[in-house]
Amino acid sequence: MLEKKPVIFLFLATVVILIGTAVTMIAPFKWINDPKLKIAEVKPYTALQLEGRDIYIREGCNNCHTQTVRPLLADVERYGEYSKVGEFVYDQPHLWGSRRTGPDLARIGGKYPDAWHLKHMVDPQSMVPRSNMPKYAFLQQPLDTSLTERKMKTLKFPYTPEELAALKGKSELDAMVAYLQKLGSDIPWRKAAQAAVLGDLKNPFLDNKTVLPEGKAIYEKECAQCHGADLKGGVGRALADIDKPDTYIFKTVFGGIPAGGMPAFGDSLGKDRIWKVASFLKSRQAH
Amino acid sequence: MNQKEGYADEVVKGFITWSLVWGVVAVLLGVVISLQLAYPQLNLPPYLSYGRLRPIHTNAGIFGWGVGSFMAFFIYITQRLTKTKLWSPGLAKFQLWLFNVIIASAAVTLMLGMTRSKEYAELEWPIALLIVVLWVIFSINIIMTIIKRKEEQMYISLWYIMAALIGVAVLYLVNNAGIPVSLTKSYSAYAGANDANVQWWYGHNAVAMVLTAPPLALFYYFLPKSTGVPIFSHRMGVIAFWSLIFMYLWTGAHHLLWTPVPDWVQTLAMAFSVMLIAPSWASVFNGYFSMNGQWHQMRENYLVKFFIFGITFYGLQTIQGPSQAVRTFSAFIHYTDWIPGHVHMGTLGWVSLIIFASIYYVVPKIYGKEIYSIPLVNLHFWLAVTGQLIFSITMWIAGVQQATMLNATNSDGSLHYSFMETLVEMYPYWYGRAFGGIIYFVSMLIFVYNIVKTINGNSTIAATKKA
Ligand code: HEM
Ligand code: HEM
Repeated sequence: MLEKKPVIFLFLATVVILIGTAVTMIAPFKWINDPKLKIAEVKPYTALQLEGRDIYIREGCNNCHTQTVRPLLADVERYGEYSKVGEFVYDQPHLWGSRRTGPDLARIGGKYPDAWHLKHMVDPQSMVPRSNMPKYAFLQQPLDTSLTERKMKTLKFPYTPEELAALKGKSELDAMVAYLQKLGSDIPWRKAAQAAVLGDLKNPFLDNKTVLPEGKAIYEKECAQCHGADLKGGVGRALADIDKPDTYIFKTVFGGIPAGGMPAFGDSLGKDRIWKVASFLKSRQAH
Repeated sequence: MNQKEGYADEVVKGFITWSLVWGVVAVLLGVVISLQLAYPQLNLPPYLSYGRLRPIHTNAGIFGWGVGSFMAFFIYITQRLTKTKLWSPGLAKFQLWLFNVIIASAAVTLMLGMTRSKEYAELEWPIALLIVVLWVIFSINIIMTIIKRKEEQMYISLWYIMAALIGVAVLYLVNNAGIPVSLTKSYSAYAGANDANVQWWYGHNAVAMVLTAPPLALFYYFLPKSTGVPIFSHRMGVIAFWSLIFMYLWTGAHHLLWTPVPDWVQTLAMAFSVMLIAPSWASVFNGYFSMNGQWHQMRENYLVKFFIFGITFYGLQTIQGPSQAVRTFSAFIHYTDWIPGHVHMGTLGWVSLIIFASIYYVVPKIYGKEIYSIPLVNLHFWLAVTGQLIFSITMWIAGVQQATMLNATNSDGSLHYSFMETLVEMYPYWYGRAFGGIIYFVSMLIFVYNIVKTINGNSTIAATKKA
């Protein structure tokens, strides 16, 4: 009989659709972004970061990069501390994405120095040879700031006139890098995650020449983009005659230098391979 | 011709023509972006870079090709099932015009980088408003026709049509809520995890209300029309319909497993996704059982294989989808190439096969012409299925391989592969997908050629009937 009464049918169909909607879409507003889940360290975007974020949206970076680290071993080791709901309260819209053609960027902030990003955005393949990321050299054009103040007001983010004035002369690329450097870095997770290397440190490959080719291969893949294929430096310092003990090199590669923008490789390379790179570097030292 | 009943078929012709145009554009862009992933030097920033083209591909595919042809067939089917003329042919003409303006401006604005960034809801607010107008006039026209109908009983197809009209309206309005900053820029009204949860409530139900309910409406109408035998079970259709539209709305968060949205929302999504197998497969069985004693038509009737392969891909899709919605499996394949494999079995295998067959059925009817070439229909079919299978199967393998590599660890617990080491392994699969895509594109061209020849041909149905 329902099949003969279109108006009642439409009404019933609407009700049926709204039940699941109410429970799984409307009700969660009470749970998500609850003040109790607020994270004090998480700050709104600055004017420059927000402009960078809008360029990220304009270019559709979210079509290839996600922004959520899941609480799964491989995710956490590869990208860092898993994402918390309180870290996204200023994200309108969210940029979590659905596809990782490239790596997750939720914790990219502070992983590399600005100089790395500047080079990488202009020509990704110069830093990561077989990457399939497009080149964004055109972002070197001047940043359009005509809407910045209106945007900050719309989102109710605090700003100062000086901050807006300082945008003069910035490029779109500067804004993008400012945004990337903020991502995931409000909470001090890098410090917390920087694993203290326990136990006595001793290079297991001391004087073992057979690991040098592998050490060299790892260097070329992971380190050369910043320290140069010939160890003469680039974004990072020259390593050609690094005069430091093996253990120092090991610790630096393992834990990174958060302040200096050197990434930590402990989770991704593991101890063995880091000792091999360290041995390789030592073998290159001009005695 | 149906001139005697006075059905508004001119506008049906218009929608079919334009959906063909957008369909070719969508598939061509699909091929382009698949090549861009494999050969990054094909990116021509700013306007023709992958990040800007991919949303044009999805919008042209779902809205230009999908919705464009659903508009044609909703108008066609509704008039026939109600035995009533379209309520307002003039409004429908305006609707066709507005539809094309919207899709064209969508393509242009997305290329210019004007985007809200939410998947399938990228269009900035002025276009979104036009879409609301478009949908309202479309819905009023269809619903008024149904209300004024001469045939009292409403057949299953009409239920799916009505559900889609309402469902899309609710979803679109809620997910597009935003705060404009200028004519070309707005921010979402929701923040962070809330925005994500609203987005995927929308995203998954776009699958329900655009890529499931409308093709089912077509399937339930055109399968019996093509085979000449009625659908197997009306009652199974009733149960499947109500449970489908009830359950779908609970499942959006299966796109957000392991993210910061509340666990209970994820768990509900997982449970309802698995339950969705039942109503989905009820339609599959309804299709299969209708073929009892009629399977010889698979060989003899060139349309039937489109419907049966289509509903079979729908069946596979609704087994694969629920398994992807299970937390452990999602942890593995989420974010990998497996998902484009899933997506395109649905869009290329299920949705497009049903649309192809419906166009092959309707065009001869409304133009009063015999189909130009049945061998070309068969060639189109086999190329499309081959291209789609190459696409999906390479992506499933690619996804599993990448997932395995991403999860591999050394004995000391560190990761075995860097991200780049896994990406490099994807290139051969991406070449394979582009190859499959090109085959599919060729099949599309054959299809369009055949339709154009049919329309312009001079073998009218009456003439050949005599022969
Ligand atoms: C043979 C033709 C096609 C090719 C080669 C193709 C290729 C692609 C590629 C390369 C992607 C991006 C995948 C990624 O993010 O890694 C994509 C995404 C997508 N395509 Fe296609 N496509 C084709 C046809 C279609 C059609 C006809 C439709 C719609 C009816 C469609 C709907 C989609 C959707 C919805 C997505 C987004 C999937 C997601 O978010 O995971 N495609 N396509
Ligand atoms: C019972 C039915 C279905 C269920 C439970 C289901 C489940 C899923 C899940 C869990 C995902 C997300 C995978 C991930 O990102 O990890 C997904 C993606 C998708 N599915 Fe299905 N699926 C179903 C049927 C269909 C059908 C019939 C289509 C028709 C074309 C379809 C099209 C898509 C599309 C386009 C996406 C990509 C969304 C995006 O990431 O942008 N699905 N599905």
